[in-house]
Amino acid sequence: MASFIQLLVSGLATGAIYALIAVGFTLLWQTSQTINFAQGEFVMLPAFFVLAAMNAGASFWLAALIGIALSIVILGVLFKVIIIDPMLKYGVLPLVISTIALSLFLKESVKDFYSSQAQPFPALVPAIDIHVFDAVVSTQSLAVLAVAIVTVVALNLFLNKTRVGRQMQATAQNATLARILGVSVGRMALYTFLLNAVLVAIASILVTPIYLAKFTNGETLGMAAFIAAIIGGFNQVRGAILGGVILGVLDNLSAAYISSQYRGAFPLIILIIVILLRPQGLLGRIEERSV
Amino acid sequence: MTRLAGVVVTGAALAAVVAPFFLKPFGIFLISTWVVLTIAAIGLNLTLGYAGQISLAQGAFVGIGAYTVALLTPMGVPFFAAFIVAGLLCFAIGWVLGYPALRVQHHYLAFVTLAFSTLVFLVLRNEEWLTGGIYGIAGTPRPSLFGWSLGGARDFYFLCLGVLALLSLATWWMLRSPWGRAFVALRENPIRALSLGLDTRRYTLMAFAIGSSLGGLSGALYAPLVQFIEPNSFTLNLSFNLLLMVIVGGSGYFFGPFLGALIAVLLPEWLRVTEGYYLIVYAAAVMAMMAFCPTGLLGLIERTAKMLRGRRKAAVTQALTEGAGP
Repeated sequence: MASFIQLLVSGLATGAIYALIAVGFTLLWQTSQTINFAQGEFVMLPAFFVLAAMNAGASFWLAALIGIALSIVILGVLFKVIIIDPMLKYGVLPLVISTIALSLFLKESVKDFYSSQAQPFPALVPAIDIHVFDAVVSTQSLAVLAVAIVTVVALNLFLNKTRVGRQMQATAQNATLARILGVSVGRMALYTFLLNAVLVAIASILVTPIYLAKFTNGETLGMAAFIAAIIGGFNQVRGAILGGVILGVLDNLSAAYISSQYRGAFPLIILIIVILLRPQGLLGRIEERSV
Repeated sequence: MTRLAGVVVTGAALAAVVAPFFLKPFGIFLISTWVVLTIAAIGLNLTLGYAGQISLAQGAFVGIGAYTVALLTPMGVPFFAAFIVAGLLCFAIGWVLGYPALRVQHHYLAFVTLAFSTLVFLVLRNEEWLTGGIYGIAGTPRPSLFGWSLGGARDFYFLCLGVLALLSLATWWMLRSPWGRAFVALRENPIRALSLGLDTRRYTLMAFAIGSSLGGLSGALYAPLVQFIEPNSFTLNLSFNLLLMVIVGGSGYFFGPFLGALIAVLLPEWLRVTEGYYLIVYAAAVMAMMAFCPTGLLGLIERTAKMLRGRRKAAVTQALTEGAGP
């Protein structure tokens, strides 16, 4: 039981990180039909921004802010203006190819220009073990969980309670109607990219102390984001959150209780089952088949 | 244009036959790799270029084909029987895999095949009793044909080239048949295809399964070519590379995969000067190509040719109207 609680807490922490990545992923899909195959690399990269800023002499918190700012500029604005905008007119397929090429580009650039070795990355809080009913829970897991929950709550408040957030949702649901109602659809799409950049930067700062900063980090994280988004429902923010949490917990529990060799396989099997039985995802709406 | 294209294709085919007599062993290995990858890319082109579905599992199918041959031939199964088994197995797996994915939306096949690729890698790595795990399988024998031993690099290259020729002829024939026309109809206008009574889902599934089986056949040649296979050769990276080959060459063009695979095999050698930065250059080039000409190099050539012809025609009409003027 004690080990179960430990696994559950660390699973929730990983799941919360997956959820952040998956939410950004679904937001991009909803507003601009972009399936971002480089989403994993988007999470890998900000950690290196932070490390570079720290190497330049900044303190961790300042470096984290610089990392988020750089992420907004590069992974938000430049990504949209240089990669996405020129290609929207060609439809989904070329965009998919382009983001696959982008993921290769980012991975190789970090490898060649920074380092191919895993770099240590400072944690948010010092690692102290807390004992709760014989279970040992790390403060790091709790900190990750706390930051992720605050981020998700803030995001939901922003999307549901502010004017801009509601306009963004309107754009996601029906861009034409939103435009008729006077919403600046182009600007809302840009905001979505900025939001995604912030989410991946936060996820990066949370996840990198656990994985170390390495150019290959994006491979597993990107895959986790896809799976979480599809399990939960591709067109729902809360679906992505649910999917991420399920995935994180399941990953940890199955590795401990079933087979650690096939740790990576369980999410994939769940994915295939969900696609078979409930293709719109657990919380998703059925979209009309677009042709 | 078509006559010019015919000349180019014949010239290229002749070059492919003559080339091994002028190349060093490494060169022969490179062109053999090109032939093997082209087969896989032709398969992916069926799925992507004709049926309009993204498959990220072509590398995994190459792996399945390679392991099938590497496991069956030591048991005494003749190479050509194992070769056929590899193709049939991948066809069956492709069918089972595509069936659920194609029930839903168009991009779901990409996700399912992505997951499948990773699953295949895990099985190849973890099931040591069968696949030898990370140690791989070495020394898959090269076959002989009617008493002609294909052990030498050049002889084996000719076997690969022969298989490529047969398979491209078969694909060519298929694309000309009503079936192939249905594939094109799917890509051009699925709603119209459906309204004309085509079972679009079945044809899409068929294109994907046949494409996958070509991947398996390519892998069946890959194992005896490199004579050492391990799980890391068949990761998602191979699938991505094959996808980029099809796109760079020109998806939906019959000769696109040939060109794309050639570039993918030769470019790393040519870009040796850039050392480690080869992949960065390649990825940047692909992104630029997607932004300016998503139909690939052959699409670019076609567009340029059309433009030139249009200009010539315009010049002629202009000359005519000027001549006819008062």
